[in-house]
Amino acid sequence: MTQITLDDVEDLALGAVVLGTGGGGDPYLAKIMLREAISRHGPIEVVDAADLDPDGLLLPIALVGAPTVIVEKFPNGGEAEQVLRALEGHLGRTGVAVLPLENGGMNSLFPLVVAAELGLPCVDGDSIRRAFPQIELTLFTLAGLSTTPMTLADVKGNYVFFDTVDNAMAEKLARACAVEMGMMAVMSAYAITAGEFVEYGANGSLTYCLEIGRRVRAVQRGEPGAYEEFLRYCEAEVVFTGKLVDIERHTTGGWARGTVTLEHLDDPARAMRVEIQNENLIAFEDGEAKVTVPDLITLIDTETAVPMTTENLAYGQRLHVLAMPALPQWHTPAGLALAGPRAFGYDLDYVPFGGAR
Amino acid sequence: MTGLRIGIDVGGTNTDAVVVDSGGLVLAVHKTATTPDVLDGIRAAVAAVLTEVDPAAVTQVMLGTTHPINAVIRRQDLAKVGILRIAAPATLSVPPLADWPSDLADVVRGHVRIIHGGHEYEGSEINPLDEVAVRAFAEECRDQVAAVAVTGVTSPANPDHELRAARIITETLGPAYPVTMGHEVGGLGLLERENSAVLNAALRFVGEGIVNALDQVLRTHRLTADIFLTQNDGTLLAAAEAARKPIMTIGSGPTNSMRGAAHLSGLADAIVIDVGGTSADVGLLVDGFPRVSAMAVEIGGVRTNYRMPDLISIGLGGGTVVRAEPELAVGPDSVGYQLVNRARVFGGDTLTLSDISVLAGRADIGDRDRAAGIAPSLVDAAIGWVDDRIQVLADRIKAARRDLPLVAVGGGAHLIPGSIPGVSQVYRHEHAGVANAIGAAIAEVSGTVDRAFQFSDSSREACLDQAKNAAIDAAVRAGADPGRVRITLVNEIPMAYLPGASARVQVKAVGPLMERR
Repeated sequence: MTQITLDDVEDLALGAVVLGTGGGGDPYLAKIMLREAISRHGPIEVVDAADLDPDGLLLPIALVGAPTVIVEKFPNGGEAEQVLRALEGHLGRTGVAVLPLENGGMNSLFPLVVAAELGLPCVDGDSIRRAFPQIELTLFTLAGLSTTPMTLADVKGNYVFFDTVDNAMAEKLARACAVEMGMMAVMSAYAITAGEFVEYGANGSLTYCLEIGRRVRAVQRGEPGAYEEFLRYCEAEVVFTGKLVDIERHTTGGWARGTVTLEHLDDPARAMRVEIQNENLIAFEDGEAKVTVPDLITLIDTETAVPMTTENLAYGQRLHVLAMPALPQWHTPAGLALAGPRAFGYDLDYVPFGGAR
Repeated sequence: MTGLRIGIDVGGTNTDAVVVDSGGLVLAVHKTATTPDVLDGIRAAVAAVLTEVDPAAVTQVMLGTTHPINAVIRRQDLAKVGILRIAAPATLSVPPLADWPSDLADVVRGHVRIIHGGHEYEGSEINPLDEVAVRAFAEECRDQVAAVAVTGVTSPANPDHELRAARIITETLGPAYPVTMGHEVGGLGLLERENSAVLNAALRFVGEGIVNALDQVLRTHRLTADIFLTQNDGTLLAAAEAARKPIMTIGSGPTNSMRGAAHLSGLADAIVIDVGGTSADVGLLVDGFPRVSAMAVEIGGVRTNYRMPDLISIGLGGGTVVRAEPELAVGPDSVGYQLVNRARVFGGDTLTLSDISVLAGRADIGDRDRAAGIAPSLVDAAIGWVDDRIQVLADRIKAARRDLPLVAVGGGAHLIPGSIPGVSQVYRHEHAGVANAIGAAIAEVSGTVDRAFQFSDSSREACLDQAKNAAIDAAVRAGADPGRVRITLVNEIPMAYLPGASARVQVKAVGPLMERR
């Protein structure tokens, strides 16, 4: 068992942006919420699911909505308790720990806030080990687990219980509901036991996020060898280093799509194009896909080592394009069918890069 | 002659004043050291430039000053603020000032309340405004605070609750308690906007003080000119507005310098390097305005959503110390404002980049003979160091590979070489040392819109037009010549993760001031 203290908040937030792969929302707000929670309730216990009673119920939690709305209208702090109490009531059981549904962006930190408020430990893990934009894109779906029972609550106290025939439908209904809730809601789905999580979940991903953040911070402090250590830990490769020369954004069907073009710093004849749908999905060099979803593509400033969210990109930034492998489960035929390039509408197959081969 | 403008820039080291005519021609220039009581420097600079022109011809005075930022940094002269957030039940998880440095929060925090109200992203009410709670809040503030900040959820899209709450507070407490509304001082991002509103309210005495003092200075010279302060984006705020919204003027220095460079060079797209005594700042002019940073800036440790010029700074200035032993080492330390007595060419004993510049034939300042005896190889090596750094700086700020012109400004501009790889031409100007005051003098007025719009594809153009017209109207209200207002920024940021075409739209319109009379 480890503890998350005030000293860990900054590192967690840095790791959260790396795993957010451009999306998931700027964790700034979640960072303040987490600091408030730790100041009020003390350090937060983080547990391995394997150390819990295998039959113990985990309470999955995530913040859903549009990051641009959440920075205006953020939670009142009671939503998570409402959805989780509803869940416990429905199942007739009491949860033993809070389970993060997603690890990337705001959702790397938010479940810790919930754990502090409920006085429960937080599981060291999640259902993806990166940010994904849809509730059915999880290792749990790959394992055949259902999102049902799923609950959603808004800031006003409305809450909705979903019993759906499949996880894709759960996503559609939750999305429609979140819009009516003013584009910000707190969600629980995939209630599972600790034993199931050990078998199917992304165990250790909270620690992974924290350790990535620590290594990014070492790079920012200019410690010798820190960059190599950061890349080694993430099994990451720098696939391109260039200057941002163009960024184009547009919205279609609820997706913030965009294209970022980088010109290589040393060889101006080379250019990389990163395709974005909320997250960075595909990196092309000269029309050839170099890195593809579900592997992670993260842009990080060459000078300051600040990992970038899509909203923070601007002309002239000098960026490394990092490729990081997704968990092996995502590289299986089922994993690629669920979250490979074709699942996001690209007419191309998954392309393994060095670290993912 | 009529229509003269005085531009004043108060920096950390110098207070500069210039007079320009309505065509932008520089008629008088004065540079003086910034004084402990900043107004003494302003008084001296204004007196000096007025000896060179007919004071009766001066119709406008523009000031860019570090007063407000210093007040925040030193936690001095700040007012206690009553803080009202219109949001409940949303946002209760993070109270106002949660992320502030505790010493600053302790100075500023008066009475705090979060009440029911606020709007959804599309402008509808989350809850009706709790008017009873607003009145109660106002009563609780009486005699406890000196100013009030009111911030409502999504107020940039719908300011109705902020306006109504402000009216109730003024009705209850009277005009002696100025009210800052979030939508007047910030865009989307509740915490950042609330921070800006609270800082603005805390600066009420500073804002009023600057405007009143400048007014006094003008009275002593019997000037009846209109007073403006320059804002962070390089455009102007009229005196009465500036006294109400000092936060909007808090970072205008670098912007003024770059706007001055654009004016002196006549270039709209260029690299600008401002070489001072200690550091060199490089920025990029795009369409005559500085390119702004993608990152939100902090003011005295408080996060805001203001965008400041995107600058890269390095330790390279006229006062940067050069050491020959054991091997060539340049800076990062500098003799700073003591350059005029400590540099070799000025009779001092410290070898500086100014000495190197004189020996390399780039500058003609001080007495060259006093620096004689420095090995030519050392001069070559040091000037080579400078040229490498300048080249890297110029390249780093550029967005694309094509060559761009470069404007050299600041007191140490002589250090910049005449030819730089990647730079098409280096522009210099005799008044480059006071580019910041010139930037203030030639500043224009602006109007901005920053709010969320919902549009289907067919209505997108109509929404953008609506935003543009609102920005143009705001610029004209601020004093712009209606016939010469232009749109300088249209930024459309789609909202991720949910259906329906919604976007945050930021538009800015800018135009020259209407001539008085």
